[in-house]
Parts: sequence; C-alpha cells; structure tokens
Amino acid sequence: MIPQRRLERRPGSRSLFDRAILGRAVLDSLKKLDPRWQARNPVMFVVEVGSVVTSAFFIRDLAAHQGHAGFDFAIAMWLWFTVIFANFAEAVAEGRGKAQADFLRRTKSETIAKKLDANGSISEVPSSALRKGDLVQIDAGDLIPADGDVVKGAASVDESAITGESAPVVRESGGDRSAVTGGTRVLSDQIVVRVSANPGESFLDRMIALVEGARRQKTPNEIALSILLAGLTIILLIAVATLAPYSIYAGYKQTLTVLIALLVCLIPTTIGGLLSAIGIAGMDRVMQRNVLAMSGRAVEAAGDVDTLLLDKTGTITLGNRQAVEIITAAGVTAQDAATMAYLSSLADETPEGRSIVALAERSGVDATATLAPAGSFVPFSAYTRMSGVDAERFHVRKGAPDAILAWVGQQGGTPTTDLSSDVERIARSGGTPLLLARDNVVLGAIHLKDILKPNMSARFDRLRAMGIRTVMITGDNPLTAAAIAKEAGVDDFLAEATPETKMDLIKREQAAGRLVAMTGDGTNDAPALAQADVGVAMNSGTQAAKEAANMVDLDSDPTKLIEVVEIGKQLLMTRGALTTFSIANDLAKYFAILPAMFAAAYPVMNALNIMRLATPQSAILSAVIFNALIIVALIPLALRGVRYAPRGASAVLRDNVLIYGVGGIVAPFIGIKAIDLALTLLHLT
Amino acid sequence: MSVVGWLQAVVLFLVVLALTKPIGLFMAKVFQGERTWLSPVFVPVERFIYRISGVREDEEMPWNTYMFAVLAFSAVGFAWLYLLLRTQAWLPFNPQHLANVPPALAWNTAVSFTTNTNWQFYSGESTMSYLSQMAGLTWHNFVSAAAGIALAIALIRGIARTTVKTLGSFWVDLTRACLYILLPISIVACLVLVMQGVPQNFHAYQTVTSIEGVSQTITGGPMASQEAIKELGTNGGGFVNANSASPNENPTPFSDFIEMLLILLIGAGLTYTYGKMVKDTRQGWALFTAMSLLFFAGLVVVYWAEAAGNPLTHHLGVLGSNMEGKEVRFGAAASALWATITTATSCGAVNAMHDSFTAIGGLIPLINMQLGEIIFGGVGSGLYTKLVFVVLTVFIAGLMVGRTPEFLGKKIERREVTLAMLSILITPLLVLVPTAIAALIPAGLATLNNSGPHGFSEILYAFTSTNANNGSAFAGLGPNLFYNLTTGVNMLFGRFAEVIPIMALAGALAGKKAVPEGSGTFTTYSPVFVALLIGTIVIVGALTFLPADALGPIVEHLFSLQGKTF
Repeated sequence: MIPQRRLERRPGSRSLFDRAILGRAVLDSLKKLDPRWQARNPVMFVVEVGSVVTSAFFIRDLAAHQGHAGFDFAIAMWLWFTVIFANFAEAVAEGRGKAQADFLRRTKSETIAKKLDANGSISEVPSSALRKGDLVQIDAGDLIPADGDVVKGAASVDESAITGESAPVVRESGGDRSAVTGGTRVLSDQIVVRVSANPGESFLDRMIALVEGARRQKTPNEIALSILLAGLTIILLIAVATLAPYSIYAGYKQTLTVLIALLVCLIPTTIGGLLSAIGIAGMDRVMQRNVLAMSGRAVEAAGDVDTLLLDKTGTITLGNRQAVEIITAAGVTAQDAATMAYLSSLADETPEGRSIVALAERSGVDATATLAPAGSFVPFSAYTRMSGVDAERFHVRKGAPDAILAWVGQQGGTPTTDLSSDVERIARSGGTPLLLARDNVVLGAIHLKDILKPNMSARFDRLRAMGIRTVMITGDNPLTAAAIAKEAGVDDFLAEATPETKMDLIKREQAAGRLVAMTGDGTNDAPALAQADVGVAMNSGTQAAKEAANMVDLDSDPTKLIEVVEIGKQLLMTRGALTTFSIANDLAKYFAILPAMFAAAYPVMNALNIMRLATPQSAILSAVIFNALIIVALIPLALRGVRYAPRGASAVLRDNVLIYGVGGIVAPFIGIKAIDLALTLLHLT
Repeated sequence: MSVVGWLQAVVLFLVVLALTKPIGLFMAKVFQGERTWLSPVFVPVERFIYRISGVREDEEMPWNTYMFAVLAFSAVGFAWLYLLLRTQAWLPFNPQHLANVPPALAWNTAVSFTTNTNWQFYSGESTMSYLSQMAGLTWHNFVSAAAGIALAIALIRGIARTTVKTLGSFWVDLTRACLYILLPISIVACLVLVMQGVPQNFHAYQTVTSIEGVSQTITGGPMASQEAIKELGTNGGGFVNANSASPNENPTPFSDFIEMLLILLIGAGLTYTYGKMVKDTRQGWALFTAMSLLFFAGLVVVYWAEAAGNPLTHHLGVLGSNMEGKEVRFGAAASALWATITTATSCGAVNAMHDSFTAIGGLIPLINMQLGEIIFGGVGSGLYTKLVFVVLTVFIAGLMVGRTPEFLGKKIERREVTLAMLSILITPLLVLVPTAIAALIPAGLATLNNSGPHGFSEILYAFTSTNANNGSAFAGLGPNLFYNLTTGVNMLFGRFAEVIPIMALAGALAGKKAVPEGSGTFTTYSPVFVALLIGTIVIVGALTFLPADALGPIVEHLFSLQGKTF
C-alpha cells in the first residue's frame, strides 16, 4: 500500500484556514456581492435584495431625521454581513483549490519540443504547436511537452509536479504504464511519445480547471436541494408578505425593514449560504487525498455506491504470490527438494520465482554449493509455463502441474504423482500449486500463496457497514478465487474474469438498480470504467483508462476509492444536517420576532416572548445577528463535513436528527437570548 | 375533561384500529382486481358498466391521461350539478317548491361538491330540492370521494411499480371505488341511521305544534341515504343547515359514534391498503401511527380547551365547560372529538359550531386543516397529501445518512422534489393570499359578523377550509359575491392544482428503477422516521401559518385570558 503523503511544498496541503487563503477569501467575499453572482443562489439573492432595500430605508430615514434610522442601520448592516459571511464560506472553500491552481499554472511553462517528422528528422517546435498524433522525442532532463503515450523506449519520470510524489516512476512503451503527462520531467533515458491531447485540453489544463472550480456545475443533489430551499423561500415570502395586510387589519402598519428582517431570519440562509461551500469543500477533500475528480457529480455518486468491484491483484492481495511451503514426494529429502526448487527458479525473474529462491535459502540451501552444476538456464515463459536449468547430470523444472507432468512424460517417466491431493488442497486454499521435477521424477510441490494486504478484512467490514457490497475480480479459477474471497472477507467474487465478463457484471448490477464503482488502469479496463457509475483510473495507467474514468487517483492506490465513498457520503450528510438545522432554527426566530412585531398592535402578544427579550428592537436585531453569525459558526463544519461513521443508516439517522434537528430547535433560543443580553449590556438598543 | 369523555375517544379509536386492516385489505384486493366476497354480485354490474361506457378494463393510463380523465370527469359532473341547481324549480321531487339556486351560489355549490369540499353558503332545507340533494349532491358525494380514492390508488401504484409508465385506469378505479367500497358500506350505514331515527322520505316538511305550544316546522327528505355517504366520503355537506348537530341528521349518541367512525374508516383503511400494495404493511402502519399521534395531540388540546371553558365567562362567575354553540346532547367531549375528526379528515360535517369554540379549541381544527388534512385525511386525498410529506421527509432525512435519498427503493431526485414542493406551495398561496385580500378590502369585511382577531379567524378559517376541501365553517362569515367567487376558486385549485403535481410525481416514481434495500438505506417505518415525518409536517405547517394563526386564535386566546373581547 502506498502511504498517504502530505508534501509541504504543495499548496494543496495547506490548512483550510491558512492566513493567505483567508486574506484572499475576504477580498473574494466582497467581489461576490455582484448580483449576477448572487442570482445563482435564490436564498442568498433574496437576502441581498433585502440588504439593498433596508439600506435605502436607512438613507431615507437618515435624511428625514427619523427616529429609527439607527435600527434601520443595524438591520441593514447585519443583512449585508449575512450575505458576506455566506460569500466568505464559499471563498474559503475555494481558497485551497485556487492556490493549487496557481501552483500548477507555474508548472505549465512553455517548452521547446523535439518533434519527430515522418522521415525521422527532429524539428524543434514550441510545445503549444503540438497536436494530437504528433510524435516527440524526449531526452533525459527534458520537460515532457504534452500528454501522450510512450511508443518507444522507457524512462524514469519525475511526476511530482502532478502527484506530489518525489520518487520517480518508470514509463515505458506498451503495457499499462505507457502514459506520460505534460509538465512532468524525464530523469533518465530517452523516450518517444505520441501526443494525445491538443493544447488547452491537457491533463494539467483539466486539473487546473478542476481544482479552481472554474467549470463547477451544481450536482444533481445540489439542484434538488436548491429547489427545496427555493420552495421554502417562496412559502416564507408569502407568509411574511401577507403579514403586512394582516397588520393593517389589526390596525397597525409594519415597516418594511421589520418584514425583511423577519423574512431573512426565516428563509433557510444557513444552508443556503453554505450549500456551495459544502460542495466545493467536498471536492477539495477528494483532492487532498490526491484524487482528481472530474466532476462533483462523480463524488456525489461515490456516496451512493452499492457495489464496489475491486481487482484482486494489487488491491486485495499484494501484487505477488509468495512461496510458503515445499512439499516433498515420497522418498525425496526436504534438502534435495529445496535445492532443486532453488536451481529451477534461479532463471525465473518473476516475483514468484524470486520468492521460491528466498524460501529455499531460508530452509538452508547453500547458494554457493549448489551453483556448482553449471548448465544452461531455461527461463520462464508463458508458453511453456515452466522454468528450470539443464545441468550436466540432470535437468530440473518447476511450473504449472499439468505442464510439469507433461514434461515428465516427455522425459520418459510416468506422468503421475502421489502429490495430487496436495496440489488440490493448495488450490482449494486459494494458493497456486507448482510441481517440481528432476528428469522423469516428480520431487515435490511448491505452495505459492496470495498474500493479502494487511487490514483488508477490516476495510471490507467497514464497507459492509456502509451498505456497500464488495466484489473481487480475478483471473484465477473459481476454486482459488473462492478461497481468497473467503479469506479476504469480500462479499462476492468474479473468477476467470475477462473484460467482457467484467462489463456484464457491471451492467447486471446496474440493471438491478445498483450503483457500481470500480478501479482500473489498463486499456482493456476503459469500457468498464466508462460504464461504471464511479470509475477510478490509476494515474500510472493508460491514457485510455484515464479518459474513460471520472476520477484519477494520482497515487495509483486502488483502496483509495473507499475514502472517496466516505467523502461522498459526508457531502450529502452535511447538506442534510445543515438543512435540518436551518429549518429547525425558525421556530425560535418566530418566537423572537412575532411578539416584537405586534408589541404595538397587540401588547398581549408579549406572552409569546418566552425568551424575555429586552425590547422589540433588540429582539428583532438579535434574531438577525444570530442568523448571520450562525453561518460563520458553521463554516468549519461545512468545510470539514459531518463526521461519518458506518454504523447502519438507522443509527446514523437517529443521531443526526438529535444533533441537528433537536439541536437546531434549541440552539437559537440560547443564541438569540445571549445576543439580546449582550446588546442590552452594551446599551445598543 | 372526564373519564367517560376520554372513553368515547379511546373506544372509537380502537374500533377504527380494529377495522383498518380488514377494510384496507379489502380495498387492496378490489384495486388489484382480485376476487372478493362481493365479486359474485358486482362483477356482472361492473362488466355491464364498462360495456355501455366503452371502457376496456385492462387498458391502463399514463399519469397525464389518468389526470385528464379525472379533470374531464369532474368538469362534466360540475356542469351537471350547476344545471340541476339552476333548474330545480321546474324539476320533480320539490315538495317545498324551492326556487332555482342563483348563479353565484350555484357555481360555488357545484364547485364545492365536485371538489369533495361541501362548503355550504346556503341552508339545505330552504335551498335544495330533494332531487338536487339526491341526484346532485349525493351523486357528487359518491363520485368525488371515489375520484379521491382513485387518485390515491394511482399514487400508490406509482410508488409500488418500477420502470413502467402506467398507473391504472381511472374509469376502472372510479367504478370499483363506488361499487365495492362506497356503495355497500353506505347502504348498511344508511339502514343503521334510519334505525336510529334519521328520516328517509319524500314528504314535504311538517308543521307541528310543540308541547310548549309553539308552531314548529320539521324537515324531512331522503336524509339517511345522504348522511351515510356524507360521512363515509368525508364530504360533510349537511342535508340541513345545522348539519350533524341537528337531531334529524344525528339523533342519538350511537348515530354520533357511527358517523364519526364512518368519517375515519376509509382514510385509516387506505394506510393499510398502501402498505399492502407496496408489499410492506409496516409502511402503512407507520403512516397510521404518525396520523394517530397527531390526532390525539389535537384532541387533547381541543377537549382540554372546551372542557376548561371560556375564561371570559369564568370572569363573570359562570364556570364549567364551554357550551356555547354545542348540543347539550353531545357536550364538550363529543363535540371536541367530532371537531378534531372532521378537520383531521377533509369531512367538514359538524355536530357543534366551531365558531363558538374557545380560541384554542378553534385553533386546533384550523391547524388540522392547515397541516394539509393528513391525519387520516379525506378519502384518498389524506393519503396522497401525506405521501408528499413522506417524500419530502425522505429527501431531507435521507441526506443525513449519506446517500441520495430513497423512498421504497426509488431515488428522490430533482423532479420528485420539484413536484412535491409545487404541491406543498398551493396551500400557503391559496390560504394566506386570499385572506390578506379579504382582510383589506370592503367586500371581504362586509359580511363579517365579528371584528378584531375573531373576525380575522373567520376569514382565515374560510379560506383554510375551502382550500383544504374541508367545508366546515366558522359561521359568522356571510356569503356575498366576493366570497362566493373567491372560495369557489380556492376549492377548485385546492383540489386540482394540488393533485396535478402529485399525479406527475406518481408518474415519475412509476418510471424509476427500485434500488434493493441495504444497510446503508434507512427504513421508512422506524419510530425515528415516524417522528421525523411528524416533525416535517408540523414545522412546514408552523412556518407557513404561525404568523396568521398568531393574529387570529392565539391573540384572541391571550386577550380572553385578560378578560378582553372585541
């Protein structure tokens, strides 16, 4: 597993409340007063209109030397603060992304590319002149001028500008490690790259746009919630506007300032003001984990995931199988078998082969002594599925059981073994059995075991508690797959998987109404990544995979998906919690403002002044101030998100209802009373 | 408050509880086209009706066709009633030789009965011929109730079905609701009421000399047959002006009990039907529980307020419960119970005058209607309005568990939220705005009997009642052209403007895939959800109506505590 990194030099790793970010946010929150900006958010737009109107009344009253100009001023000022605080929340949420975008822009400097012409000659052109399909040669020390795939050679590349990871990575032609990103630097060797993106469409460009939130669009859930909030705003607008004629019936004329104050207090400004900050902060949290989400929609969908497809190799198990046991056939000594296993694997450069060498060494095989019978090594090949050595006196092979038995037969032996029950036992336990043979005799069996990554079982338990089913995808046979699935604790598995069966599985899950997430890196993963609701491509993977996916993990850590799911859930929870809180707040505000509004017409209404607020003016002002300050108070929660613990929906719901629902009813009673006391103490009323 | 008073409420509730499952199950069978014990009798009748009307039983409708059928059917029914009222003087069954109903009143009344409101700006005994009562008003009592049930069933189908476009056939649902449910129960109830002494005749009114020696006119007519469906279909339009306070419509304590039971019967039963049709009866019981809790909360307050009596008369040394506007036969307990029931549902029949309740006693019926009549509610309308609140609650609560909210496996997204909000918006718009206009203009104040907060309550109550299609009145607001027109428009929009988005919602839900339930999805039958549902209903209601209510009943109550009147 790749450890979490937080590199200090990257601006993205700064605290949300970094001084520079806050300073910029203050400026931005004033810029956002532009009504064209506010119009995107109906709730806050209403507040801004209210601020303008009350300000106009203040100026009129001031000019007319009317008594309540001071009150008008206080209300107008706090209404402006309400808008500014909401803007500030959004600006802070954007701050870290903007700083990171600035940093990336500096990375995106113009370079001179060595373009290969059709005849093989090199011409130097600026990187901005490169087009899709062009071939460029990149030498050690050069910046890679554009995104592309390595078509020739291999090189170590420093990708720290993008990933923050300082250790260089290898990029080579062919296979799933061929993608290079413009703006990264080749450290050694020379490669030829086919450009895959036109200027302005590069990964870096997209990344800048994403972290900056420039093309941020409201997510489906955000839109649905905005509609709910707009509907509530209309209802409350009707309730407050009709109070004017009702008051006239009661023989009293309400001032517009008081009506606006009531309206602003009642409409859901808390969630309305923090809604976009919650979304931006959610994207930002994904970014902090070095995952590049192509849209907020993808992060939101992650929270809804029902089924998670995980590749076995590299995700559930360590990439390599390890030899753990050598079982000897009847009449063969352990020492002999270990020595032969050692020899047969010397030429096997696969991790499995190396693990056999290591095991043999651990069991006491003397490397120098056994090197004596020098002969020609037979390397492992996918075709023969064997490796070994042909020495002077003997030939030794190790490999897949059926391949070895066939070889034994060719050597003139009987192609049978008394180890077949052991072979089956190994396979059933999830391991891979190999046979070891010398000339025409089977010497023993080698148990290669898949090594589970540590703590995976706990992670799957956590996913299950979230209501997510994990399905392991593997090319292994069903027997082996079942055993590993059981040991790892996944809910289901797909054995002998091909790109087609994987795709079918996704479609089947989706047809049953489930949302599917998967990770992938190879080109043949691309269709499935595109089909999945949440597809996370590894940054180490191919361009095709990265383009098909809706997220790219810069650390190439497949288990990261679990964290993204949690962020998606937090995002929705934070919206729900603050909506509930915002609406629950209104009860106290009614009790503060209604008696105050009708103090003159119906003095008996003071019976409803259960908070015993000092004067009608202080009551209204306290409610407005509370309404503004609660936005500031909740900015940290909005940006960090409501804590998510996978404990089953019912328990989560109950707790959040208690905290944000019941808490939302109680908190403003205390807050408004406290502000009223403070105003009275300071003689501000 | 007395033990006997409470016993009456508790016994009634237990009977409703006991009947909810059988009647709900029966309705589920009827609307799913399964055989019931009434099938041998009614299947041939049903087939005959389809044959002569050219309806194909298996032809299902998408939501918009279904809605259009409801609207068209209602429009024709409206025209029929309007014509009948305008021509009754020339038609038979008019022994009292009552005149044709004037246009504005005929319009208001035709709208009123088409929309299942039964708001009455007239006295039945001095306005309506027996033919108008039977063929006009009683007809609408049946079909407007059946239409409401059909709409609820269509919404249930929308929730229960997946990835389809159709919600059933309105014509079939309408026919079945009348034939299998409303008609049989009404016949039985009618006979019971006749047994209790409710008149059922075609006589002219009789003039008798009472034992006090004064001459008195006793009304007659086909009363019992209308009484049964008036309660069962939560219509509420009285045969006579005094409605169920009159000894003819409601002669005995037993008839009182039966009538209250009839009002609640279908609304309660439909919760079970809903659970059955979505294949999880716990869903239905959760709604039943939420309804019951709100019901008792309201009842406690009304009964307490009425039993405690009027602070104003206490100041004068007159103690005891508030008996103004109440039948001595019923007293505070039965009147409070009835008032709670009639406004919890969309019935609107009364056995006491709500205008004469104490301020707080009158506040609860007002609130019951303002919440949308979701406590059992009108037949069908109670359930579909309640389900809109369920959708909204699911949306807000669902977010708090960290998933796109799901209701019975259906994701609640932009479209569903929009439609639910549209339907919720109708109530504040149609109650608060007309009240504001009426409180300002001379025409609105001209026919008001009271001034000050109580007068305001009368206006607010009128628009609340007509918008909610309840039909009960704070007497004291007289008819004039302004009110005839505005309340008429209000009833019309209160019914149909609310229903259109709800049917669109049914269509949207029917088209959705259902996600299998997992541990990450919360259940919509847990106690936490019931509490949340109640919370959402109360908070949305309070946000909308608290200011208006404060200026009416609440401030009136505060004044009466100080011994002041207007």
